[in-house]
Amino acid sequence: MAVLEESGQVVSLDKVSVHLGKRLIQSSMSFSIEEGEFLAVLGPNGAGKTTLLRLLLGLIQPSSGNISLFGHPPRRGNRQIGYVPQFRDWDAGIAIRARDVVRLGLDGHRWGPGLPSKKREAVIDEVLEEVGALDLAEASLGELSGGEQQRVLIAQALLTHPRLLLLDEPLASLDLAREAEIVGLVARLRETRKTAVLLVTHDVNPMLAEIDGVLFMANGRCAKGPTAEVITSRALSELYGSPVEVVGALGKLFVVGAPV
Amino acid sequence: MLNLLHYPFMQNAIITGSIVAVLAAVVGYFIVARSLTFAAHAIPNIGFAGAAGAVLAGILPVYGFFAFAFTAAVGIGIIGTRARERDIVVAVLMSFGLGLGFLFLSLYSGYAQRVYGILFGSILGISVQNVLVTGVAAAIALVLLLTIYRPLLFCTVDPQAAAARGLPVAILSVLFLALASLAISLSAQMMGALLVFTLLVGPAATANRLTRRPGRTILLAAFLGLVYVWVGIGAAALSGRLPVSFMVSALAFAVYLPVRLLASPGPGRRLSGSRKPGRERSSDIAINRRVLTTEAEECSIC
Repeated sequence: MAVLEESGQVVSLDKVSVHLGKRLIQSSMSFSIEEGEFLAVLGPNGAGKTTLLRLLLGLIQPSSGNISLFGHPPRRGNRQIGYVPQFRDWDAGIAIRARDVVRLGLDGHRWGPGLPSKKREAVIDEVLEEVGALDLAEASLGELSGGEQQRVLIAQALLTHPRLLLLDEPLASLDLAREAEIVGLVARLRETRKTAVLLVTHDVNPMLAEIDGVLFMANGRCAKGPTAEVITSRALSELYGSPVEVVGALGKLFVVGAPV
Repeated sequence: MLNLLHYPFMQNAIITGSIVAVLAAVVGYFIVARSLTFAAHAIPNIGFAGAAGAVLAGILPVYGFFAFAFTAAVGIGIIGTRARERDIVVAVLMSFGLGLGFLFLSLYSGYAQRVYGILFGSILGISVQNVLVTGVAAAIALVLLLTIYRPLLFCTVDPQAAAARGLPVAILSVLFLALASLAISLSAQMMGALLVFTLLVGPAATANRLTRRPGRTILLAAFLGLVYVWVGIGAAALSGRLPVSFMVSALAFAVYLPVRLLASPGPGRRLSGSRKPGRERSSDIAINRRVLTTEAEECSIC
């Protein structure tokens, strides 16, 4: 068990701005994420949601400001972070089983072909069971549905026992029932593993009951806080710099007048 | 048949053919998995120009072949990082390579059979020197491929997660193409520049349909490749007319076709019929999204 930082803070950003090429993506992001916190990351395309994940993964550098992850600057290969990138279509016909994909999370970075190991297979079974995908272990990746692939990839990301889980649009191209399943899985993992979660999504509604708050990115700026405080007509109008209306209906939130 | 094995040229052909069949299986798995089949077709065509140049210069054709194939492979690896862009880069390089090869051939006024051998392969032209070069180079390539096996697999399946884990995704991609160019150059001695593709992709594509474990796919591809090569060499030697590269390509085709038509990718599909495959599901989603958007009318869904 890792030694906890005194503050219990997993991530903290202090006036971080980031450019992609010459384009300013975010100018002065400041917020922190506590241990076990479940956040939905929202905002229109190009607002910097994936860029934020890449900053935390150490894949890109901020143009200014400070990022602290578990008390250290971000670096590539940080095993305290579990990462599931945006959905990919694996229909190309690569011969690989779900179990082999999960295994890459354990030893995919090691050199050599690797020897068979019963112990390793047991670890893989255990994590597949945790995400409810044990019955998919022997299926080939290409024949899994979108939701099943997400489960397998989340299992892969869990193998290093991360304290921060970064999920990039795990609900994209899922139907409503599958959305609810994945959200339920993530909520359960955060509960049992005390893992902080950043979940990038275009639709906050499937997870309204589960999240601790939202990080809303738009217009080169961002706002973080409880859902009821951030997704309001006033707060979003201020963020976008133009009139935005939030409408609550059927227990869901709809944002009118702004791209999300 | 057994009498033929006493001829040194047959021994050379069988040893070289067996070595390249195994190497081609490992490389072939990743070529299929990484959607590099077009590049694998183009690299030997560019290598052909190098081999033609080597004949003109009076050196062993395989050296010229490898020099050109290697340069092209590294170029494709560095410039063509995105699949669509890569195909364009490959096409431009390949047509230039073929043109250059034709130029060298026009300048060469020697024995036409030699040039013919570069294009379509031959079991007659394989010398002891070829066997030694092939053995040493293939051993190096196999050791390197086994060394990068897991990271390369990780980058193939999920390049973004692999990069986040700290793997040098771009370097591995270029290194793999360089090793593929070596495998192609060695195989082309017997298979010829135009038909070498069949030994790389044929067995791997068939194995890909029959198993779903990476390791088993490679072993099965190696087995198929060995059978194709042995039968091909045997038929070529016995008949004296059937070219070995034709035999290998015909066998690869004859086995792939029924497998492709009858077997789904990854056999023994899951027993539970309740879960639909991904494709059908994504169409459901499109409909769901459409319904939601219509319900919300002007509103975009938060």
